[in-house]
Amino acid sequence: MLNRTADNVARATPEPLAKKIRGISDKGLAWLFISPTILLLLAINIFPLFWAIYLSFTNYRANRPNEVVKNLGLSNYQRILGDQDIWIAMQTTAHFVFWTILLQTVIGFTLAWLIDRKFRGHAFWTTIILVPMMLSPAVVGNFWRFLYEPQIGLFSYVISFVTGIPPTNVQMLSNVELAPWAIIIVDTWMWTPYVMLICLAGLRSIPEYIYEAAEVDRASNWRQFWSITLPMALPFIMLAVLFRGIENFKMFDMVNLLTGGGPGSTTEVASITLKRQAFESWRTGYSSAFAIILFVAVFGLANIYVKALNKVKQR
Amino acid sequence: MKSTLKLALGLASAISASTAVSNVAHAEDLTLCWAAWDPANALVELSKDFTKETGIGMKFEFVPWTNYADRFLNELNSHGKLCDLIIGDSQWIGGAAENGHYVKLNDFFDKEKISMDDFVPATVVGYSEWPKNTPNYWALPAMGDVVGWTYRKDWFSKPELQKEFKEKYGWDLAPPTTFDQLKQIAEFFQKRQIDGKTVYGASIYTERGSEGITMGAMDVLYSYGFQYENPKKPYEMEGFVNSEKSVKGLEFYKSLYDCCTPPGASNSYMGEGVDAFKSGQVAMHMNFAFTWPGLQKDENVGGDKIGYFVNPKGPDGDQFAQLGGQGISVVSYSDKQESALKYIKWFANKDVQAKWWSLGGYSCLNSVVKDPKFPSSQPYAQAFLDSMAIVKDFWAEPSYAPLLQASQKRFHDYVVAGQGSPKDALDGLVKDWTQVFQDDGKM
Repeated sequence: MLNRTADNVARATPEPLAKKIRGISDKGLAWLFISPTILLLLAINIFPLFWAIYLSFTNYRANRPNEVVKNLGLSNYQRILGDQDIWIAMQTTAHFVFWTILLQTVIGFTLAWLIDRKFRGHAFWTTIILVPMMLSPAVVGNFWRFLYEPQIGLFSYVISFVTGIPPTNVQMLSNVELAPWAIIIVDTWMWTPYVMLICLAGLRSIPEYIYEAAEVDRASNWRQFWSITLPMALPFIMLAVLFRGIENFKMFDMVNLLTGGGPGSTTEVASITLKRQAFESWRTGYSSAFAIILFVAVFGLANIYVKALNKVKQR
Repeated sequence: MKSTLKLALGLASAISASTAVSNVAHAEDLTLCWAAWDPANALVELSKDFTKETGIGMKFEFVPWTNYADRFLNELNSHGKLCDLIIGDSQWIGGAAENGHYVKLNDFFDKEKISMDDFVPATVVGYSEWPKNTPNYWALPAMGDVVGWTYRKDWFSKPELQKEFKEKYGWDLAPPTTFDQLKQIAEFFQKRQIDGKTVYGASIYTERGSEGITMGAMDVLYSYGFQYENPKKPYEMEGFVNSEKSVKGLEFYKSLYDCCTPPGASNSYMGEGVDAFKSGQVAMHMNFAFTWPGLQKDENVGGDKIGYFVNPKGPDGDQFAQLGGQGISVVSYSDKQESALKYIKWFANKDVQAKWWSLGGYSCLNSVVKDPKFPSSQPYAQAFLDSMAIVKDFWAEPSYAPLLQASQKRFHDYVVAGQGSPKDALDGLVKDWTQVFQDDGKM
């Protein structure tokens, strides 16, 4: 059927055009195929990036379209770098990134290691563990907001049952100390399976004969873990850390749904601050400068990390 | 063959004719944009009369409150033609006027003999004028609204509670007239068992994302002596925004939040407040008056069980309330401005305004609210009237958005998160607002 259609198209193509097509080189053909994608990327990625860079040097405000746009030079950047609130938001972001990565890596790797033992029913448990990752962040956010509810939430009742604290005193989202942890718990619950999957791929890629050789050398299980399992799985773990790090640096949906940045500004991560400046205060130029700073920070850190990852892989 | 051709031609002409007719009919359809809430439903009902009278169809674009400002300010900023008429928030008026989003209505009002003197003065200043207190009108007052309070009349009237309250505080348990009294009542009900259920003192605004905590805190701060600026020198805020009285007001709001709100009420605004009251969680409930008709009709907490009172007095006897509500404007990018103006003319009509009130909307027309029958027309009518007489509004400057975001942050940081002192919060607010006005070249 496909061949017949292709024949029909070939027959219907005018001879001069057919000659031209036949004359296209492989490189030309490759460009022909990827050009729509490149155009799309230019339109929706590259152009907005350059436009944002331009806006970051101006006082443009999207809600004041009639106002004269002035060039401010570097003053937006200067203001952001001297703004205490921005630095607090960056610290909050770093706190989230650190703890979510640490917990997800430790738990994710442990789960992967356990699943790799191939115990009875391991496939079933793998599927169960993967469920949170399959859910939409909007669903997860709302679901956990109810779980954390101090009057009717299951989470509060479980904590109350274990600790004896009255459930209404377990105010995960209203308490300054607990709110950041409430988000870390949800993010860890949702994304640990993702880290587990990558680690599992790493563990499964270790050839069995290495362990057999270690057995022959009478290496203990602990020794095998430190000398074989962990070093060989390390590039995969580092890859998982890279993906989760980039994702969590720009974490928005979960924070927005659970706390909206509150109580106060306790959970106001950089992306929430950016959204507030851009779409609530309408400081378009200022927020563009902030977005560029964030972009450079993530891009720079990710590059340094990738270099380290390559070194580990080459060992 | 011929008959088939005739039939086909006939059908084609019929289809094209019907399309043309329908195009003509729809050419006059107006789209009105507003928030999705109870009064909007009442307006749909009311507008059917307009269509009957003029033949102009009405379409409605209602957006939930959480997206209302984003959605419609984007629409206006992008010069969109979606809305022919818009009921925009009172704070938008400055920006909408200066950016040319709304049609100036002075000439139209003169021509149609619509006088702003016929409307409640506070609503004219709040919803229609820019610059404030000048006769430049950009909207017709459409929906009067103000922050007030509801309370559980049935709980207040329980003899055993009345007795206990009197013994404890030395005055009769009744709707409070001062903030001190309000707090005493809230403390009295906090964590009390009523009908086998734990109840709490009061639901107040604490929402962080849009404007909630600002509307709530301001409601208290005004009566404590807060002023936006030096009345003699515009934009001079030092000593007014962060005056000693303002500090005490903010301190009070935090103490009310700490002592007497339900657990987890750290992000509560209109919807959450209604839920807390309807579910029988709280004895008192701060909210805009638009919620009152719905609560009055509620089977569990409405009818004889609910009472209304005006925002109480501050320590020096000052009494103000936060203005809500909106005016209706013609969007300058609309191609149907003439029809939209017809709607405004119709809406300003005395009888239409009377029906608007009866359907659950809050009329701002003097002839409606000053009618001798008005106070007894609904159980909440008197509280609404008294509240509208004492209103104050947030900045309506073109830069209201960053001004609002600054107050949201400063208030939430102090009241809910407990960071710093009330003085720090208000000093910070002066700093933020000064920066906004400096960016605007106003300072």
